[in-house]
Amino acid sequence: MLEDFADNFLNLDIVARAWPILVRGLGQTLLLSAIVVPLGLAGGLAIALLSRSRRRWVRWPLAAWTDTFRSLPPLVLLIFLYAGLPFMGIDLGPWGAVALAFFLNTGAYYGEVLRAGLDSVPPGQMEAARALGLRPWLALWLVVLPQAVRNVLPDLVSNTLEVVKLTSLASVVAMPELLFQARQAQSVTYNASPIVAAALAYFIILWPVVRLLSRLENKAIAGR
Amino acid sequence: MGGLDGFAFTFLNLKVMATWLPKIAEGFVLTVLLAALIVAAGLSLGLGLAVLRAFGLRVLNWGIVFVVDLFRALPPLVIIVLLYFGLPGMGVSLSGFWATWLSLTLVLAAFSEEIFWAGITATGRGQWDAGRALGLRFLPILFRIILPQAVRMVVPPLTNRTIAITKGTALASVVGVGEILGSAQSAMAFSGNPSPLTLGAIAYALLFLPVVGLGRWIERRAVLPGR
Repeated sequence: MLEDFADNFLNLDIVARAWPILVRGLGQTLLLSAIVVPLGLAGGLAIALLSRSRRRWVRWPLAAWTDTFRSLPPLVLLIFLYAGLPFMGIDLGPWGAVALAFFLNTGAYYGEVLRAGLDSVPPGQMEAARALGLRPWLALWLVVLPQAVRNVLPDLVSNTLEVVKLTSLASVVAMPELLFQARQAQSVTYNASPIVAAALAYFIILWPVVRLLSRLENKAIAGR
Repeated sequence: MGGLDGFAFTFLNLKVMATWLPKIAEGFVLTVLLAALIVAAGLSLGLGLAVLRAFGLRVLNWGIVFVVDLFRALPPLVIIVLLYFGLPGMGVSLSGFWATWLSLTLVLAAFSEEIFWAGITATGRGQWDAGRALGLRFLPILFRIILPQAVRMVVPPLTNRTIAITKGTALASVVGVGEILGSAQSAMAFSGNPSPLTLGAIAYALLFLPVVGLGRWIERRAVLPGR
């Protein structure tokens, strides 16, 4: 039983054989994360700023937009962009579909977080910065935004963790990231060890983030 | 065909939609069932683990924290794929439905344990002391004084997290489950038209828009004045 388990899940020979493609997959996952996290943050910042507009015709469609993309599972969005759009003659390819899906989905989430952050900064901060002669954009960038980010830091980190985990969805549209490569290796060797190795890689990279998050969250609760 | 006509024919083809509506509806039922089973099992397990952690047994708590960290760090799809493709090699075969259920239940349990635990620790020391001063034992204090306050405190983050994890039911399509996305994809393949996918997206919106709205409402109500 135990030997069966080791043979199927912890087979070092098989992991050694799959090593090169697993490493390449890990590289792809890191690259993908490095692209989609800033993309989502940029989209989220735009949404957060626009949703503080005084005009209803800006605010309401924006709320509908974020709620729509928050209620669609990201995989549904991804499949729609990857497999649906080509019927219209629009072929984004795996990279384009993944980038757009993440921009729409994670942008909506980051938008909510950043909006809460901006709301948490007292209006006096903006007024004081303006009184000192800073232009609106500079006041926002140098005075309001840093405080907003600090106030919602746990949520931002938590969201970023989720985004990195979500990159595993790209395996479904045949992008050769970590999970995709592990699945390839598993289907060739009929052995689950490459998937275990991939899981271990995710865990090693993301565990420190999870620990940091627990600390931040506890601190936030203690501060209340 | 003009651009807009082409779009309607491709993505909003009513004839194709009508044909595949029953199949998508079946998928809808399966998604709701899977989601309900995940929420019930995941939240109970999470609460149970948080209660166990309140006993303050050091070695047990290390174990709980490690398992919770593990399932917070692993992408759900990786867990699903591992259970679905890995277990048969051990002679244990889990259907796609149950592999997804087990994976997302563990993930939800991990996240909700952390949230319940945050609520328990945020309930002031004084509550424990007061309970003890009234002559109550550990368990009555925990269940009748601490937990009612803790659970109320964590409803907003718990709702949001539960919604996010429940949306993961779409991942079941990867392991061949005919839930909404799975049935929409096979309908798309059969009909050569992506309208079933539009139908699937509408089905998800029907299911989750009210829940997302509810989450927003709970969050707004939970904001205490002066904070």
